[in-house]
Amino acid sequence: MEKAEEKMMASKKSESKTESLYTKRTDGRGFEELRPLKAKVGIVPSADGSAMFETGGTRAIAVVRGPRTLHPQHMQNPETGILRVNYGMMPFSVWERIRPGPSRRSEEISKVSEWALSSVIDLSGFPNTVVDVFIQIPQADAGTRVAGLNAAAMALAHAGIPMKEMISAIACGKMDRTLVVDVNKDEEDFEEGEGATDMPMAFTSRTKSLALLQLDGKISPEELKKAIEMGKKACEKILEVQVKALKEATGGKDE
Amino acid sequence: MDKEERQVVVPGEMIAKGSEFLPGEGAYRDGMEVVAGRLGIVNISEKHIRVIPVSGAYYPRRGNTIIGTIVDITFNGWLIDFGGAQNAFLSVAEVPRYVNKNELREYLDFGDSVVVKVWDVKARGIDASMKMRGFGKIEGGMIVSVNPNKVPRIIGKEGSMVKIIKSATKCDITVGQNGKVWIAGNSIEEELATKKIIEFIVENATINGLTEKVEKYIKGLGMKVDKIEIVAENTDGESGGENDGE
Amino acid sequence: MSENVIPRLQKEKIVEYLRKGKRLDGRGISDYREIIVERNVSKNAEASVMVRVGETEVFAGVKMEVTEPYPDSADEGTFMTTAELHPMASEQYDIGKPGIESVELARIIDRGIRESGFIDFKKLCIEEGKKVWQIFLDIVAINDDGNLLDVAGLAALIAIGSAKMPVYNKEENKIEHELTNESLPINKEAMSFNMTLHKIDSSLLLDVNKEEESVSNCRLSIAIGEFGGKLRITAMQKGKEGVITAEDMENILKIVEDKWKDMFPKVKKLVFE
Repeated sequence: MEKAEEKMMASKKSESKTESLYTKRTDGRGFEELRPLKAKVGIVPSADGSAMFETGGTRAIAVVRGPRTLHPQHMQNPETGILRVNYGMMPFSVWERIRPGPSRRSEEISKVSEWALSSVIDLSGFPNTVVDVFIQIPQADAGTRVAGLNAAAMALAHAGIPMKEMISAIACGKMDRTLVVDVNKDEEDFEEGEGATDMPMAFTSRTKSLALLQLDGKISPEELKKAIEMGKKACEKILEVQVKALKEATGGKDE
Repeated sequence: MDKEERQVVVPGEMIAKGSEFLPGEGAYRDGMEVVAGRLGIVNISEKHIRVIPVSGAYYPRRGNTIIGTIVDITFNGWLIDFGGAQNAFLSVAEVPRYVNKNELREYLDFGDSVVVKVWDVKARGIDASMKMRGFGKIEGGMIVSVNPNKVPRIIGKEGSMVKIIKSATKCDITVGQNGKVWIAGNSIEEELATKKIIEFIVENATINGLTEKVEKYIKGLGMKVDKIEIVAENTDGESGGENDGE
Repeated sequence: MSENVIPRLQKEKIVEYLRKGKRLDGRGISDYREIIVERNVSKNAEASVMVRVGETEVFAGVKMEVTEPYPDSADEGTFMTTAELHPMASEQYDIGKPGIESVELARIIDRGIRESGFIDFKKLCIEEGKKVWQIFLDIVAINDDGNLLDVAGLAALIAIGSAKMPVYNKEENKIEHELTNESLPINKEAMSFNMTLHKIDSSLLLDVNKEEESVSNCRLSIAIGEFGGKLRITAMQKGKEGVITAEDMENILKIVEDKWKDMFPKVKKLVFE
């Protein structure tokens, strides 16, 4: 009973003042500062395309196989190839072990990732085939689906799949009234004031359109617009890292 | 022709501005700009812009030579697995001699390896032909799988690279554009050396002065390099065309 | 890309080379491919490792929970092994329910570790009859270029050998998000690692790649450990439809004896580094 009262008083406090309860980030970063980024392409050489993307303590691996014949035959599309994304987290990627195998969460993430990536690729030249994208998370510290997308976009490019633009993703958040970029696990669990609002988003590299947008929490339209702007800026930095990794893996080792 | 600078582009990256440029394969037009439509290396030739892939699966083109395995036999032909998304169809009408519908299996059986030409690429499938000289069933030897995008380097300009390998190792070599290379030699040592040389080429495909390095490597293996007239080296991955290693 | 079709000429070439003691990638018949180990791939695990042998790549991790013991072993910890042989790793694996390959792999690895006495289950008892440590060993295959079982087995051993106990708050029955410096209770001398031999023609190969694996018609997995400075066999499993002759068995034991001298110290070093 005491804790609930405390919470109510704290949120009343934050409503009457303009100050948010989240003034300093748990890891000391600036509100628009990203965690250290790392990317590598071609980590599974026998796949058609593969890449790794790391944001702070979250690491994602993506492997692309295809285009290849789609079985069973009745799922084939005679007009175009289809994209199929399979996302999963390794059981030991988080502190509380995840039972292996698909879950409803992983199926949902697979689907929204599929939609995001489908918006930029063109498989009309490969009828009756499938391009499989496998995303696995060996280590998680929030932002797993966006790390997965960043890795998947690189892996698809590496696989030579016709792509109009790249996709870069980031998870923005709101802790009480503070907007932040690249949410970590502690922030995801923030409970004071208005609590934590989680906003994973992905932008296309050229037209800067939203290919992925999800939200979980509570936010005003103004705050949302601001968060999207912050996300767009952050994704420029993500794109830089992705492009560098792709060019390094592809470029001439000219002497 | 000038040696072009190797410019790597990623999907969505602007390559050139201006209405005089024509987007070819791997590129597309967006307003005044020609933009990369895949990861690869830019090739501009007389305002015609292409993006040449350096990684990823093999996409068959008409006229390509491919090496594959017979995986199915229909009432009027054979299906060939060449590592692509679909199998190629070899019609009974596209082989050099008349084959009776009852002796399809005698002519080409499951598991047989063949070198064929890609005759037609359509939405519903790929048609192959074995009618020309230099194509047909292959026996003996082994198949080495490589990144199909590196095949032009193995062949070399006008087949120069593969000639060097052949004369040094005394092996028969047939290169398929689909990344399958058939090697047949008189000894295990020669065959393995050939394999090693090919793998060396693939690993160093993007380096300038590759021919010299390959010759050095071959000498390092204890083999002789015959002087072959080398035409100016092409480093941007252009296909060697039809003359590919026979 | 189709990986499952091996042309006849390739099979014949493999056999021809083997009769002269060579393999298509230049290795000798008992040679392993290059082994690469990357530790601590997850900071949220009691242990985690990535092992790559040639292009076969596997992740393995250890997680622990506190649970009730089984009634017939009230003073022993429990142990469970899972293996995800994902379609990511190879076209032959399906999404969804684990296929027989992953079930067999998990069971063989589980048995190997359990029956060898590598883990001291009695030391995992917190309160007899009420609370014991439960160990989860999870294996995820990223790429299958042959010999997945041995690679996964090695990853499993390294993970268990390097696992640290988490901080356990007894009063609150809570596992803190922190690791102690204490190792998982193991008996180092009981360690046994898995070697799988494949029969092609009349040759017996170690560490097959995918191409060789598809040509073999018989495999024998052997878990080998050490006892009194000598080789000791702790588990075996034959797979595939081919048969092992008496002569094969002689040769197998010779190969295993020879290779054990070379590999066992290497594996020990990797596991207990």
